[in-house]
Amino acid sequence: MLKIFKYSLFDLIRSNWSIAYLAFYLMVSSSIIYMNGDITKSIISMMNVILLLIPLVATVFGAIYMYNSREFTELLLSQPIKRKSIFLGQYFGLAVSLSLSFILGVGLPFIIRGIITSPELSNFLVLIGVGLILNFIFSLLSFMVALRFENRIKGFGLSLFIWLFMSIIYDGILLLILIWFESYPTENLAITLTLMNPIDLGRVLIMLFLDTSALMGYTGAVFYNFFGVWQGILLSIAALSVWLLFPIYILLRYIKKKDF
Amino acid sequence: MIRIENLSKAYHKNQVLKDVNIKLDSNKIIAILGPNGSGKTTLIKSILGLVIAQEGDVKFNDQSIVGEWEYRKQISYLPQIARFPENLKVLELIALVKDIRQQEARDNELIQYFGLENELKKPLRNLSGGTRQKVNMVLAFMFDSPVIILDEPTVGLDPVAISRFKELLEREKAKGKLIIFTTHIMSLVQEISDEIIFLLEGDIYFQGSVQDLINQNGSTKLESAITNLIENSHA
Repeated sequence: MLKIFKYSLFDLIRSNWSIAYLAFYLMVSSSIIYMNGDITKSIISMMNVILLLIPLVATVFGAIYMYNSREFTELLLSQPIKRKSIFLGQYFGLAVSLSLSFILGVGLPFIIRGIITSPELSNFLVLIGVGLILNFIFSLLSFMVALRFENRIKGFGLSLFIWLFMSIIYDGILLLILIWFESYPTENLAITLTLMNPIDLGRVLIMLFLDTSALMGYTGAVFYNFFGVWQGILLSIAALSVWLLFPIYILLRYIKKKDF
Repeated sequence: MIRIENLSKAYHKNQVLKDVNIKLDSNKIIAILGPNGSGKTTLIKSILGLVIAQEGDVKFNDQSIVGEWEYRKQISYLPQIARFPENLKVLELIALVKDIRQQEARDNELIQYFGLENELKKPLRNLSGGTRQKVNMVLAFMFDSPVIILDEPTVGLDPVAISRFKELLEREKAKGKLIIFTTHIMSLVQEISDEIIFLLEGDIYFQGSVQDLINQNGSTKLESAITNLIENSHA
């Protein structure tokens, strides 16, 4: 697995996509720091960018990578090596290369701005951590979709739909449900629905850490009241791990019987 | 060496292989022929474990290959389409495959043989189709495996490379290897193969030597014998 990981990573970090992605993040975070002036505000603005864009970029990048390396995957599959090693190696190569662009692109401007000596360092690290988790989750989802559908248009369509659903449609539905059932206690429902969406979980997690209840929104506030800060944080981290581990389990089962 | 037993494979409702039984022995060059969509590639891929059949089994040296991967140390495979990671250089790709297989390789000899010395430091995306196919050849022939499987090996190659390829094949056969290949070029089949397996709609329609096929059909050339074979099957 390590060999495949190494080569996928080398291949990916030299691609123009990674460089474009890095440049994009450098630009976005420098301009956010420049426009906000204040570092706390910059972190919160950055959070909104990250929650929207990381899943999108991971989705697009994951599908492109999987479709482009199809024939190469075939070559690897014909070599004396386990299927599990090939796909886990490729997946981690993909996720780690995306994460490197992200860490460098967001990290450098904030380091130059002096984040390391600032009291906001821990909040910034949480932001990076959530970005990394979302990177891993969404690249995994689109990797799996692209593996399942040989038709690129179907694969891209479905991956993008997953992103759109999780980042925009889901919140709309959540809001509608909460309005419809206004006169009933909806806390449990709100918590359950939040646990089922990694982007919402990421948002709640950052909010709980930053302790800015004004920005929490309904689900964040429910989390806060229901569990308290630390329990809420642990629960969201646990749910995010399930979001990562369960798809990996499905992936490993699926590749056993997949034809190439 | 390789035994295929009652192998059946369907993609959804499309039955690609129907109860195929074949024995493939060493020291032979075997051509798998058949019209487009007759199941040639699926058959090859079942031997490699890329395609997983619904019924039947493939045995490599009397051992079932289901769920196994170590037996592939003894197989070299040349896939049909030579597309590689775009940003890797030729040398890096060769190093990658060597790294994975951990077997003795004669890559330098083959690089010279196919005249690839000046392409080694180029990224794979900048290579022409024929040059990629030559790289593909180096990857397939650089290990000393007892079984070599080639899926349409001559696609994109120039005449010089094709004649080098044929020479190489003869040398490998002389070492007592089993070589299996698919192609649509009948002159190549007539020239180099010892045995033909003719697939039609997932069935083995003919198995035997080139001479058998020609005699059976009463024609003088392989090309017309094959055409007769296909036409008779539809009659």
